[in-house]
Amino acid sequence: MIELPPGLILIVGAFLVPFFHGNVRNIYMLLLPIFGIWGLLTVSNGVYFPFEIFGYNLSPVRIDRLSLLFGYIFHIAAIISLIYAFHLKDTVQQMAGLIYAGAAIGGAFAGDLITLFIYWEITAIASVFLIWSSRTEASFKAGMRYLIIQVGSGVLLLAGAIIHFHKTGSIVFDKMNLSGLGPILIFIAFGIKAAFPLLHNWLVDAYPEATVTGTVFLSAFTTKLAIYALARGFPGTEMLIWIGATMTAFPIFYAVIENNLRRVLTYSLNNQLGFMVVGIGIGTELSINGTAAHAFSHILYKAVLFMSMGAVLYRTGTIKGSELGGLYKTMPYTTGFCIVGAASASAFPLFSGFISKSLIVTAAAVEGHWFVWGVLLFASASVFYHSGIKIPYFAFFQHDSGKRPQEAPKNMLAAMGIAAFLCIAIGVYPYWLYDILPYNVDYKPYTTTHVVTQLQLLFFSALAFGWLMRTGLYPPELKSTNLDFDWSYRVFIPKILNIVANSIKIINASLESVIHKILAFVNANLSKHHGRSGILARTSSLGGSVTMIISVLAVLIIIFYFET
Amino acid sequence: MEDNSEPNKKSFWLDNKKNVDKIWYALILICALTVLADLFYHKHVEYSIEDIIPGMYGWYGFIGAVFLVLAAKILRKILMRSENYYNENQND
Repeated sequence: MIELPPGLILIVGAFLVPFFHGNVRNIYMLLLPIFGIWGLLTVSNGVYFPFEIFGYNLSPVRIDRLSLLFGYIFHIAAIISLIYAFHLKDTVQQMAGLIYAGAAIGGAFAGDLITLFIYWEITAIASVFLIWSSRTEASFKAGMRYLIIQVGSGVLLLAGAIIHFHKTGSIVFDKMNLSGLGPILIFIAFGIKAAFPLLHNWLVDAYPEATVTGTVFLSAFTTKLAIYALARGFPGTEMLIWIGATMTAFPIFYAVIENNLRRVLTYSLNNQLGFMVVGIGIGTELSINGTAAHAFSHILYKAVLFMSMGAVLYRTGTIKGSELGGLYKTMPYTTGFCIVGAASASAFPLFSGFISKSLIVTAAAVEGHWFVWGVLLFASASVFYHSGIKIPYFAFFQHDSGKRPQEAPKNMLAAMGIAAFLCIAIGVYPYWLYDILPYNVDYKPYTTTHVVTQLQLLFFSALAFGWLMRTGLYPPELKSTNLDFDWSYRVFIPKILNIVANSIKIINASLESVIHKILAFVNANLSKHHGRSGILARTSSLGGSVTMIISVLAVLIIIFYFET
Repeated sequence: MEDNSEPNKKSFWLDNKKNVDKIWYALILICALTVLADLFYHKHVEYSIEDIIPGMYGWYGFIGAVFLVLAAKILRKILMRSENYYNENQND
């Protein structure tokens, strides 16, 4: 049985946060997700709390293996993120983080599209405060762009849901065919939040602008809620294979040249989402399991990476690769955790990414998508390259920047430690995770072939990095902005609008001058005839007027005489 | 912003260039070993190309990574702007 809809305890609980202070507040906040996950351990599959409103049959809570898996990992992510933020004294961020996590959990259990929409929008609104809390002009603007896009995605979802309802008579959130306006709108709404290529810019724009602790929250929920929604709504949609493959390959080029290390991680996040989207597109039991497993392990190692970079930002005040280096000397624990996260992200054997990503790559090969399989392998090699090597190397090693920051605060170390431990635990004993996947797993990750080929892939791309470094071919970290697709709406479209506005101004001005000339001409003529000395404005004597009238009358009389 | 101002005289293993070289040679050795390993077990693969070339994954990874970096280097010429690009643009 189940007493409360999952996630609601975090949302409602968030409003009591201002009444607690100091450590009591921290413990109180931590208890909310702990109670939440406790509740999930005893539930059984089914639909809970159904009710009807305005003719829609809503089912706010649906429990099955897929929703439970995301429920678990969202709770774990909330716990880790909260511990990481223990030192924080910012009530707004604390409430926003809790509501955001709660809404993501609620969304994962939503049994109908209306409930999903409500949670979808709450995640958007709550999370933007984690960006705005940086309290810089850049974060304010990025947050605005983020909010517009996120809320827009929700509006598309709602519109699609209503159209879908009127066509099928059902509002239940289940597998849909990508035909007809309703499902297409819903698909685009999911695609925005899952950061499909060209819909992805809000991600790389906003996440690096969020607070040190905010980015850790952000990295876990929004995009993975979208992955869940896609896995629920559109499994086996072939288009997703191609979209996903593009996602794995497209952002990594940016990751190589980007200088802001949190933005590098965001590009790599986008690339990892691509693997999950491919898994959904293939749509077999193996590949859906792969997507779910990869979402699970991805949330953990991405959290470790964002936490370690957050700690660097917190201690040094910068996160630019060009200004960092040599930090391992004074931040050894952070360095160690970062390396664990990097190894997991790169899918090293014995780390979490290895046992989850290989499900998807194998599924692609088994189903005969050889080209996609090749792209995924290329993307895997390069993940190691930018997430696995670049992040730890430029922050903690390379040339010594001379910075000697303190080790990260204890609460941050604890949070990183827990997440890093889970990364290794899942990697060493994958059956913890495999047992809770949506379908039964008949897959062995640790075969000789898998391990050896993966080690080849990884060590040779490390070799490539070393070779490029030693020969000086490697592009240096430079302070820069690299144009991405958001350039189109941040610069190009405003420029076009500017040009349009300017041409309207010019046309307007020339029209005005023409009209002025016409008016001046009319005016001149009027004053010529009606003006002071104009013929029609002249005054004459009374006698003259009488003579004129009489003569006109005389002419008329003569005319009429001859007429009759 | 908590730079430790007192001079840090402790020297680290990695500060010595020779040790960095050692890591580099160890890496080359490991790569060679992974390719050799291919000769000693039966591969379970989906595509025959994986089995024909020893160390196929290694070559693929190496070429892929080099391509990635060199392509990104070229992309930089097109995409790179100054750090304040977007701010400058909003002000004009």
